[in-house]
Amino acid sequence: MSSNARIPVDLLVIGAGPAGLAAAIAAKRAGVMSLLVLEREDEQGGILNQCIHNGFGLHRFKEELTGPEYAERDIKEARDLNIPVLTGTTVLAVTRDKQVTAVSRERGLLVYQAKAIILAMGCRERPRGALAIPGSRPAGVYSAGTAQKLVNMAGFMPGRKVVILGSGDIGLIMARRMTLQGAQVLACVELMPYSSGLNRNIVQCLQDYNIPLMLSHTVVDIHGKERLTGVTVAQVGEDRRPIPGTEQEFDCDTLLLSVGLIPENELSLQAGVRISATTQGAVVNNQYETNVKGIFACGNVLHVHDLVDYVSRESMQAGAAAAQYLQGEKAPFLRSQVKDGQGVRGTVPQRLDIPQGAVEEGIELMFRPDKVYQNHYVTVRTPDEVLLSQRRFILTPGEMAEVKLTPDMLSRVRQTNVTVEITAEKQTI
Amino acid sequence: MYDIVIIGAGVIGCAVAYRLGQYEGKFAVMDAAFDVSEGASKANSGIVHAGYDAKAGTEKARLNVKGAQMMKGLCRTLGVPYGQPGAMVLGFHEEDRQTLENLYKNSIVNGVPGCRLIERDEILKLEPNINPDVLLALLVPASGLVSPYELTHALADSAKENGCDFLLGTKAEALSFLDGVWTITTSNGQVQTRAVVNCAGVFADVLHNQISTKQVKIVARRGQYYLLDHSTPLLFNRTIFQVPTKMGKGVLVSPTTHGNLLLGPTAEDIEDGLDTATTQGGLGDVLEKARLTFPKADLRQVITTFSGIRAHEMAGDFLIGQVEGAPEGAFEAIGIESPGLSAAPAIGEELGDWVAYFLKLKKNLNYIAPTPLPKAFAGMNEQERRAAYEIDPDYGRIVCRCEQVTEAEVRRSIRRPMGARSLDGVKRRTRAGMGRCQSGFCSTRVMEILAEELGQDLPSILKSGGNSWLLTGSIGKEDSHEQ
Repeated sequence: MSSNARIPVDLLVIGAGPAGLAAAIAAKRAGVMSLLVLEREDEQGGILNQCIHNGFGLHRFKEELTGPEYAERDIKEARDLNIPVLTGTTVLAVTRDKQVTAVSRERGLLVYQAKAIILAMGCRERPRGALAIPGSRPAGVYSAGTAQKLVNMAGFMPGRKVVILGSGDIGLIMARRMTLQGAQVLACVELMPYSSGLNRNIVQCLQDYNIPLMLSHTVVDIHGKERLTGVTVAQVGEDRRPIPGTEQEFDCDTLLLSVGLIPENELSLQAGVRISATTQGAVVNNQYETNVKGIFACGNVLHVHDLVDYVSRESMQAGAAAAQYLQGEKAPFLRSQVKDGQGVRGTVPQRLDIPQGAVEEGIELMFRPDKVYQNHYVTVRTPDEVLLSQRRFILTPGEMAEVKLTPDMLSRVRQTNVTVEITAEKQTI
Repeated sequence: MYDIVIIGAGVIGCAVAYRLGQYEGKFAVMDAAFDVSEGASKANSGIVHAGYDAKAGTEKARLNVKGAQMMKGLCRTLGVPYGQPGAMVLGFHEEDRQTLENLYKNSIVNGVPGCRLIERDEILKLEPNINPDVLLALLVPASGLVSPYELTHALADSAKENGCDFLLGTKAEALSFLDGVWTITTSNGQVQTRAVVNCAGVFADVLHNQISTKQVKIVARRGQYYLLDHSTPLLFNRTIFQVPTKMGKGVLVSPTTHGNLLLGPTAEDIEDGLDTATTQGGLGDVLEKARLTFPKADLRQVITTFSGIRAHEMAGDFLIGQVEGAPEGAFEAIGIESPGLSAAPAIGEELGDWVAYFLKLKKNLNYIAPTPLPKAFAGMNEQERRAAYEIDPDYGRIVCRCEQVTEAEVRRSIRRPMGARSLDGVKRRTRAGMGRCQSGFCSTRVMEILAEELGQDLPSILKSGGNSWLLTGSIGKEDSHEQ
């Protein structure tokens, strides 16, 4: 092969985690014959491989699976469908005209020319540095996911006496995991007055093991020059700033951080994909297509999910949409924008491309509430009318919320903006 | 018995050792730390100052200008990242005009080429992200950038290749002189040498005062920084200073040689010369001052914060040469604060030659010239990448996704003459773990490669030496470390 050869492929999927696999499966089922999945790790399955606890698949399979079990179903299906997946292959660059450069130890440098791309790179954890927590920089400060990988994949313990900062789901899961492995988890410290984790995880991972959840607290200092020797925790006020005089010291050798996940969009940016400041993922339409024609995004690279079941659902839609794009079947449509209203953050999709003819399928809108609401209403409106107003007993930032717009509602939208908001009262339609 | 022992494996000590490679003799560099470049040399602004601000007639001014002029060639020889994007010193008030005019005049006296004063319109044309309230600036085209720890590691490699010993983890505690021989009492026993060179940074005064009738006082001056992720296009092309104060050059906003953006430093005099903690107050101070230059500074781009300690000698100038008021054979480079990095090539050459002359050392006819460090995979074009892979297929395996560091580069960083022995050692030699995820994804793999290359088990791998263990041990087995 000459060194400038470009390998043609119709659909290139970046990432063989739950998003990439589901997208590839849906695309193949929809008739895409030339497709390829690239995965940087040596195994398919993405982050599910290190999530050995159960609770995955309740919505999709109506059973409780572990992460690897959930992943295995998609891996097997992709194999049965003869979808080629190159593991140990890292994508280095993506261009706007869909040239993709990757490298692997087995094959060296690979340059593809794709007709469509599905971005499914997932997300990364926010590190200590991004929080600018003051103090020294000893060994023993880990992101929760790194600790999870060490314990579950490598079989090593990162420490014995642990404080967890942030109550994201991985942090909660690791509180239990470290406890079960004999470590002492002293506290889970959360800056906000509520947890960003799933309620079931707070109960099953903290309460069941008597690990205190310190809401409205944060770590204000880190001690130890070589290995961590302790952290200082303080209460924060409503402005989230530490309140002087509330400091307490914890002797610990490990600080785990579970302070947020960031979609990994460096490749997307190279390709000219527009990124939302709220979700930190691509701005997409209801086909999960970005502003760059033929480049789609799904899963945690699009917006950080709580449940893999919804990643799979969204990614299957993205895969089917990519197939449709490749088959050139897009009917004329009218475009409208979806806006975050009162109490709502990061609604996806941000654009609706609604067919001009008959609307056959509904569209799910997913978003996060900006704080905890009890007994409120999720309302979707156009400038002219209220499309829906549904009561929810509890809305919390830790759990992504969803509303479904029916074909009937969509046929009434047509080119106007749609706003999603949380209201105290039911809005009359 | 050594001919020369250099105390301190920072950029100055290693630059002296690099120069001594030109001579025949038995040399050693001694440092209390686990790796070279663990003090001020690993955490500073990485600026090659042109030399416009050091007071004319001082050693600082002379060695700064000379060192800065040597830096580009030295970096090319060693294969160390270097750039010369230039700098600006901003004035926001009419009264800054006088200060900047004085700096301009000083630049001419010091022999810095090309400086000129520019006004608001030109400033904003050159650097559109500067605060539009700016009034005027001194433009300094000769200002450069270097990666300070990569420079130090490369100097150490070359010294090592030419036979210099590195006595790391060895703290020099006391110096004594008898019958023409210096005895260094260390944390690992005694070391004897004909000449000693004190390059011990913030701790240099302790050793100096043991042997000299003329006492010096070093103050540990801490500087805290924010490091931002690289961005395309760069937000600033040049290093942007504000008018200097008594405590130094103030808070700068500068690109690094790797395209990150650096904000800082503070200037706080502290008691403990090893206290590289950051503080809420210090970081707040950096942000407030940096926003005068760069009002749109976005903390969401921050990937880490850190601090470094510079050695400020109370008299204010570099002290370089034979130790005054001490027995013969004692040399030193003391008070090497900014612009010490810029001056390092000149200090290393002059001091190295001086000690060699004192001992009447012969030229080393078997000198091994440095092999320039290979280009990083991340900076290679397609052809270069294909070629690298052909030679070593480990170039095909990306270990650090954020900085695109390959397994070949990680392995090589451990196999270098002064190879990495810790996670931080690999990080500073390869950039693995220096990116936006701050080693979250790559640390496990880097630890595995370190264990393989060093023939150790995983729990014995350290972050940075001492007691900086990363793992307590294997699950289900006894802990590997003392409680």
